[in-house]
Amino acid sequence: MRRFRPDLTWSDVTPKAAFLNRRQLIAGAAALGFAGPAAAKLSYAPSSYSTDAEPNTFEQITRYNNFYEFGTGKDEPMAYAGQLTTDPWAVKIDGLVEKPGDYDLADLLKGVALEERIYRFRCVEAWSMVVPWIGFELSEILERVGVQPGAKYVAFETLVRPEEMPGQNYPILDWPYREGLRLDEAMNPLTILATGLYGEEMPKQNGAPIRLVVPWKYGFKSIKSIVRISLTEAQPPCTWNMLQPREYGFYSNVNPEVDHPRWSQATERRIGGGLFAGRELTLMFNGYGDEVASLYAGQDLTKDF
Amino acid sequence: MSVADRINRAARRLPAWPIYLIGAALPVWLFWQGTTGGLGIDPVKAIEQRLGLWALKLIVAGLCITPLRRFAGVNLIRYRRAIGLVAFFYVVLHFLTWLVLDMGLLWSQALGDIAKRPYVTVGMVGLLALMPLALTSNDWSVRRLGALRWRLLHRLTYLAAIAGAVHFLWLVKAWPVEPFLYLGAVLGLLALRAIPRRGRTAA
Ligand code: HEM
Repeated sequence: MRRFRPDLTWSDVTPKAAFLNRRQLIAGAAALGFAGPAAAKLSYAPSSYSTDAEPNTFEQITRYNNFYEFGTGKDEPMAYAGQLTTDPWAVKIDGLVEKPGDYDLADLLKGVALEERIYRFRCVEAWSMVVPWIGFELSEILERVGVQPGAKYVAFETLVRPEEMPGQNYPILDWPYREGLRLDEAMNPLTILATGLYGEEMPKQNGAPIRLVVPWKYGFKSIKSIVRISLTEAQPPCTWNMLQPREYGFYSNVNPEVDHPRWSQATERRIGGGLFAGRELTLMFNGYGDEVASLYAGQDLTKDF
Repeated sequence: MSVADRINRAARRLPAWPIYLIGAALPVWLFWQGTTGGLGIDPVKAIEQRLGLWALKLIVAGLCITPLRRFAGVNLIRYRRAIGLVAFFYVVLHFLTWLVLDMGLLWSQALGDIAKRPYVTVGMVGLLALMPLALTSNDWSVRRLGALRWRLLHRLTYLAAIAGAVHFLWLVKAWPVEPFLYLGAVLGLLALRAIPRRGRTAA
């Protein structure tokens, strides 16, 4: 079976159309007993937090990315991320934690319970997808390293390596890419660190080897290729907020009632619908209000946008 | 024979109608690509952006004609009308792509965006500025208006060009170089027109 040569990944060997039914294919292959190493790289459990919406195809998810480290075009991450070295990979965990240090990724992942989380993903540019992430709750790691009582926020940083990330040779953004969450947001069970999608290791253009996914916030909050996690007392600086504070707030919760100054956030275009699919209504907190609305009780979300 | 002479001789032999033909064929081909998966993951954005960019390129090309004649002695004036009309055609298609495919004919949101979103407002200024120009790009209108009034009216091109370039700059996130290049080209081409003609009074 040439298709399952272990040194190839699915994306190398799967023809376009087959991506559509990858999950069924993987299940089918497993059932027939010939799932090679390429087909089932990660083992994971399903999650009740998953949406039952139909996921976008692997092709759509991996060829339509905003990852300015590799260029500002949606297809540039796919074209240039291949050169990124993701092994070895270390994550520095510092700030107000009991056990700070440079953690090797493999050590960090030891013992975590991987789950498949099929989440809606809403970009601030008013398009959306549904992505079957593989990951684990951020709280697992935070509990393991021990959060000190004074900590109020979690800050994240992306790798800076201009030799492998050509976009970083230009001052498009103030590198490194930085993001942050309030501690209660970070501890929410919906907030995950993802290490894969569609059952296999994270494609590089999607933020390999480890990225954040916060499904009720605009996509740019879900920082990719993380090398540093810091617990802080003060609200940490965030890249887009630093660039244009009027346009990108610290919270950046999906909110159809608070428009981006340059475009409406009331509706979104679901990627993959073809030419005439039109628009769908955007849901408050991207549809995750039951899980997260209480985090913001008493806050004026038009001010804390 | 100088390069300019050679170009002028060739231009005398090449008619303008292929510009209309190719101009009409490209959007058909673009749309066809969009329905058959040739434009990537998001064909709606691809069609919208490609038409906008083609329109802006043609507007810049149209602005080159006069300076080319004045400063380089290259006379391409017979193509100017075709370039302008195709540019207008693309802006209209670009607008329709936005309204029908991108907005999905959500009229209230579309109107709201035209009023509230500066980059859309500026784009509309460009579209509206081009309309009287398209309507008067025929021999009959030139005769009716007279050359002087016609030329004055067609200075609206400058407004449309600036609007198009500012629109581009205003819609991007972060600061990529491309929109600056277009705005620079437009402003440069307009500045050339401000250079006073020499020799009038001396002669
Ligand atoms: C003189 C008239 C106009 C010109 C020259 C023009 C040109 C452009 C250009 C160059 C782009 C960027 C393409 C790219 O990203 O590669 C663009 C994008 C766009 N334009 Fe226009 N445009 C004009 C009028 C309009 C009008 C009237 C509307 C709608 C009312 C409009 C809506 C848009 C939209 C929605 C985008 C895409 C924004 C995105 O990337 O999400 N434009 N246009």
